[in-house]
Amino acid sequence: MGKEIRIPEVSDGVVKGTVISVSVAVGDKVEFDQTLLELETDKAVVAIPSPFAGTITEIRVAEGESVAIGAVIMVCETEPLVGAAGGRPGLATAPDPDPKAVGAAGGRPGLATAPDPDPKAVGAAGGRPGLAMSPGTDKVDLETVRTGDEVAPAAPSVRRAARELGVDIYQVKGSGPAGRISEEDVKAYVRETLQRLSSDVALRGGQAPSRPLPDFAQWGPIRREPLSRVREVTAESMTYAWATPMVTQFDKADITDLEEFRKRANAKAKPEAKLTMTAILLKVCAVALRAFPQFNSSLDLGRSELIYKDTIHIGVAADTPRGLLVPVIRDVDQKGIERLAVELNEAAAKARDRKLTPDEMAGGSFTISNLGGIGGTNFTPIVYSPQVAILGVSRAEQTPVWNGSGFGPRLMMPLSLTYDHRVIDGADAARFLRWICEGIAQPIQLLMKG
Amino acid sequence: MTESTPEPAHAQLVVIGGGPGGYSAAFKAAELGLQVTLVDKEENPGGVCLYRGCIPSKALLHAAAVIEEAAVSTPMGLTFAPPTIDVDQLRTWKNEVVQTLTKGLGTKVGRLKLTYLQATAQFLDAHTLLVTKTDGTEARLTFEQAIVATGSRPIALPGAPTSPRIMDSTGALDLADVPARLLVVGGGYIGLELGTAYAALGSKVSVVEMTGELLPGCDRDLVSVLKRKLDKRFEAIDLKTKVVSLEETETVVLARLENHKGEAREEHFERVLVAIGRRPNSEGVGFENTAIKLDPRGFVEVDGQRRTAEPHIYAIGDLTGDPMLAHKAYAEAHVAAEAAAGHKSLYDPRGIPAVVFTNPDIAWCGLTETLAAEQGLKVKVAKLPWRSNGRSLTLGDTNGMTKILVDPASDRVLGVAVAGRGAGELIAEGVLALEMAAVGEDLARTIHPHPTLSETLYEAAQMLGGK
Repeated sequence: MGKEIRIPEVSDGVVKGTVISVSVAVGDKVEFDQTLLELETDKAVVAIPSPFAGTITEIRVAEGESVAIGAVIMVCETEPLVGAAGGRPGLATAPDPDPKAVGAAGGRPGLATAPDPDPKAVGAAGGRPGLAMSPGTDKVDLETVRTGDEVAPAAPSVRRAARELGVDIYQVKGSGPAGRISEEDVKAYVRETLQRLSSDVALRGGQAPSRPLPDFAQWGPIRREPLSRVREVTAESMTYAWATPMVTQFDKADITDLEEFRKRANAKAKPEAKLTMTAILLKVCAVALRAFPQFNSSLDLGRSELIYKDTIHIGVAADTPRGLLVPVIRDVDQKGIERLAVELNEAAAKARDRKLTPDEMAGGSFTISNLGGIGGTNFTPIVYSPQVAILGVSRAEQTPVWNGSGFGPRLMMPLSLTYDHRVIDGADAARFLRWICEGIAQPIQLLMKG
Repeated sequence: MTESTPEPAHAQLVVIGGGPGGYSAAFKAAELGLQVTLVDKEENPGGVCLYRGCIPSKALLHAAAVIEEAAVSTPMGLTFAPPTIDVDQLRTWKNEVVQTLTKGLGTKVGRLKLTYLQATAQFLDAHTLLVTKTDGTEARLTFEQAIVATGSRPIALPGAPTSPRIMDSTGALDLADVPARLLVVGGGYIGLELGTAYAALGSKVSVVEMTGELLPGCDRDLVSVLKRKLDKRFEAIDLKTKVVSLEETETVVLARLENHKGEAREEHFERVLVAIGRRPNSEGVGFENTAIKLDPRGFVEVDGQRRTAEPHIYAIGDLTGDPMLAHKAYAEAHVAAEAAAGHKSLYDPRGIPAVVFTNPDIAWCGLTETLAAEQGLKVKVAKLPWRSNGRSLTLGDTNGMTKILVDPASDRVLGVAVAGRGAGELIAEGVLALEMAAVGEDLARTIHPHPTLSETLYEAAQMLGGK
């Protein structure tokens, strides 16, 4: 039996990728889970495993080709009696007709010889899913009652209006008693959705006014190169972020003592546990974010809500040969600095080796960008929206500092905090950054205040 | 409405079956601008509902109610002589009612410029019908879309002999005579309604029901409102009893009955009414020549727009399953007709009222207590006996109960049930409450007219103790 192998869903939101290498050839025998090809998606290279054991009889993609999630890439002659392990994810399954149907289509008069009150018959309204619509018909959701839901509390006229507008009535929040949905609620839902969509489009730059480029060749020879996927994604997310009204706050942290400690610790540490200033900053920021939860939030303007996150996942910008990647260190507040150092080193190695998965770069609630290893006196990082703040770190310098009686040399590290001014006020930003500086200078403060 | 003009060989929409589902679908589709051909074997549309079901049975039941009402008016100081019943005149009146309605439908067929074929139709393939007219001529009719509404028919008692004394509901409604003793096989709504009519006309009626209850599926407290009356009205009600055999003699039918203990007895009846359920008319339609799928009970599988597995062919009414009720067919008919006309229609009723016209009537919609218990759903229930209702007292009939089921958390109305006089009329408010997603408080704050039976809904809603 020739079975089609498709690109599985590799991560939320990833819809396509570029084949960068094909690891098998026609006629190859493959094991279950053996890598078939490598796919470069947004920011990561993912190995696509074989969902079956068998022999590859056809390869439908070539290196460099762009393929969509779900596309058939190969055909595999499977061996008989191979377990169904590793079925591909993301296949639509037909929902069951609702056996519950609360308050749905009512009773029937009892028929003398058919006393079985079949719950399906009682919910006789339940349409059977899975029948094809005739071509050319607008799609109508044929589910009359959803599994696991109570029937939507809306009058027939409201349900009809929603259907005509293409609105899933089950998504609409009713404003009436017992959540009853009015026609106004349906219209409000449409309005909000449109607003969200149009602001997204504007922010993404998809329809942002862009000027035509001049013909650069008139001033000398040029060369055009396609953007790498990483560059494309970076450009897109930075364009999106740029719509955020941002302010950058500067400060300096005295790391003289901390640096002493770090060097001493590293003398004993194994290479994989090498303690970096970034690892220490992760911990300091985590404690600061607990003290200032609005810096660990996201703004939902559409619903006029601020979303506070209970977990602290911090992204760390990594400079790699392929460009900027931002692996996310999870639950930073739950971990000691030693462990953070190990995880950070691992993430940096993975980033360099292009082994980071999209999942490992998703879900950050705050970001640190440390350019201290390269140099510079200060910079203004850009908030990685929908996060609301980012900490930039520049190179520390020996600086004469007045200690009350004279100037003494202190190792001062410049910090810059860019924040979303819609969510955070300047005074709070100054306090937050000062808090971090004091925590670095006097680590005991972290325990005092946290 | 027979046509002598040459029939077209092609239809934009053909509707097969002229019952409540079929004619409403045809009318609706015509109003939406489709060219419609309606096929039915009767001279005028009407189907079982008008010719052999709802309408004639309600005509007889009204006559029965008048007789019963007169008989119980003595406490008001009104004593009537026992009525003289002219069965022929009653039959004629009933038939006139049916004719008035079906002729009205025939007129509407003409007014909406439908093509009406007095014929039967069978699918040759998914786009062609073989139409056999009542005069025996055959023709082919191709179509773009079709709505099938061939309805259902009574289930016969297996092994019962063929005899005019052994009737189904159609035979009983013909009202050939008023038998001295009538055996009703089946304690569902059809058996109880027709049994009630015959009892009022003077038959001694016995009901046998295989299960342990009348009106299976209906809440017991509602049934008991009716049972009180039926125990007096009928000679016998034998539950958990089955008919082992029916044997026809020259003058009577000998029925051998056996109860759940295995005790058998023999009784004779002048007539027997078999009312043990209905089955869909899904044979002989040529479904096998299409991709249309039937379920194991013979019902056509349809989606939320009543499309079959052939997306341009719809099925509606009794053909698509329970509840086999005319008003359910109306609703499906409108959805199918609208979908055929390209509208985004969907069949998604929140409640389909069920009504048993047995004086007292029983009607309910949405969730019942029985279902709530089966499914483990928490409900808050308000039950109001009619004893204190002013209107019921003035009618001299306080036998009744009104019941409302709400979600205890949200107060949303989940089900309404009424047992008593006029329950079929009262339930409409409950269905509206379900469709509008009303909460108990909505009913409690709606002014109801006084003095009426509808106040029982108002008062039951007050009992729920909303805000």
